[in-house]
Amino acid sequence: MERSIFELWGHGKSPEELYSSLKNYPVEKMVPFLHSGSTYKIKIHTFNKTLTQEEKVKRIDALEFLPFEGKVNLKNPQHIFSVLEDYGLDPNCIPENPHNIYFGRWIADGQRELIESYSVKKRHFIGNTSMDAGLSFIMANHGKVKENDIVFDPFVGTGGLLVASAHFGAYVCGTDIDYNTVHGLGKASRKNQKWRGPDENIRANLRQYGLEKYYLDVLVSDASKPSWRKGTYFDAIITDPPYGIRESTRRTGSQKETPKGIEKCPESHVPVSLSYHLSDMFFDLLNFAAETLILGGRLVYWLPVYTPEYTEDMVPWHPCLKLISNCEQKLSSHTSRRLITMEKVKKFENRDQYSHLLSGQCLPYQGHNSFRERYFSGLTKRIAKEEKSVQE
Amino acid sequence: MKLLTHNFLSSHVKGVGPRGFPLRLQASEVRIMPVEFNPDFVARMIPKLSLGEVPTEPIQGYEQNEDFLRTMHHILLEVEVMEGTLQCPESGRVFPITRGIPNMLLSDEQTEA
Repeated sequence: MERSIFELWGHGKSPEELYSSLKNYPVEKMVPFLHSGSTYKIKIHTFNKTLTQEEKVKRIDALEFLPFEGKVNLKNPQHIFSVLEDYGLDPNCIPENPHNIYFGRWIADGQRELIESYSVKKRHFIGNTSMDAGLSFIMANHGKVKENDIVFDPFVGTGGLLVASAHFGAYVCGTDIDYNTVHGLGKASRKNQKWRGPDENIRANLRQYGLEKYYLDVLVSDASKPSWRKGTYFDAIITDPPYGIRESTRRTGSQKETPKGIEKCPESHVPVSLSYHLSDMFFDLLNFAAETLILGGRLVYWLPVYTPEYTEDMVPWHPCLKLISNCEQKLSSHTSRRLITMEKVKKFENRDQYSHLLSGQCLPYQGHNSFRERYFSGLTKRIAKEEKSVQE
Repeated sequence: MKLLTHNFLSSHVKGVGPRGFPLRLQASEVRIMPVEFNPDFVARMIPKLSLGEVPTEPIQGYEQNEDFLRTMHHILLEVEVMEGTLQCPESGRVFPITRGIPNMLLSDEQTEA
């Protein structure tokens, strides 16, 4: 994530080169920011060197030839111009003169401070797999989330991704199959804390950041069996589906299929434990996105992969969705996850049309159904096998 | 549960299809939660709503009609059902709402393929 963005007006390897470069910059592009009604200030930034105040002033004075007609305002100027001097990367060998000098108009700063203020460490309500704050903002950016959008997360968990989207002015909603998580009940994920307090739920997280007005709803629901009517109403679907490692992949099953030893969720009276094959889950997710996203809307999600076997054609596809980006993040020596961004480019016709088209594509990804085993392969494979037989 | 969300929910009981909408709402506890009025958002939501047997075209110029938008804002975003039920109009299956959160879970046999 960048630090700052400037509109470059001139550049050179020496002050003289910089000045002649500036003289070549079209005046009509400068005038809107230098006219007599405007206010401005000039800042000097040096990288790998410290200048005295006197030296800085000298540099500002040397720019007098520029057609500044506005008034200088050091406290709250309309426009900020910067001279950036690059003295290299070696703090033990600082040159007399800079390698490069740039002059530009400041546009924006990267929002790195957001990461600190939204840190999961400070958040009221967290779970075992709460998304790191920086990544949740990146996902919202990939989703092109903006004011007045509606953003949905079908595997909402503790709502971390909703917080990031709400920060950008979107109204947010989510579903999760886990009744306790949605209600903010049950065992806490924080060390030294036994049970979640009454103020720990998704709504409280939004409230903590002053974003409660963007909270629409969360529901207890099975993402493989969505309960949304026909229509396109989501601007973005941003989600981190369970990979079956720290949180299990589940969906609702029938009475007869309930394996021994698995508890029914007492509140919902529905057996919730059938393992959800990963390939099915992504097929459902893409189909759901294709149906409920507006045209141009985005789906952003994490796809876990077993790196030695990964090939690009494993990435799930759908005729209505175009793949925009696919970025890897390593999880361990042989596993990683990929941040997939897709955009809806074609109208969704009807639900049945796509089911046979897509069942074929699941084959490349099917190997990943045992992602959980592969993740633990090697020393811990035995433990994983034992755990699996207990569940079955 | 806000009424805006209710307008998007449908029953996914097997065989019901589009007749699963709208879910019949019975509220035993409701609260009014003030939410900052955002006319742009409300105006954006109006065309997304499915309002059944009413003229499908909103009145021209509704986006500028502040009274209308404020009313819709109140109905869609400020009324919250805390306890109640949602009932599938076709099958009769009931989905409970507890602490403001609907529970839409169904067992395998009951849901659509």
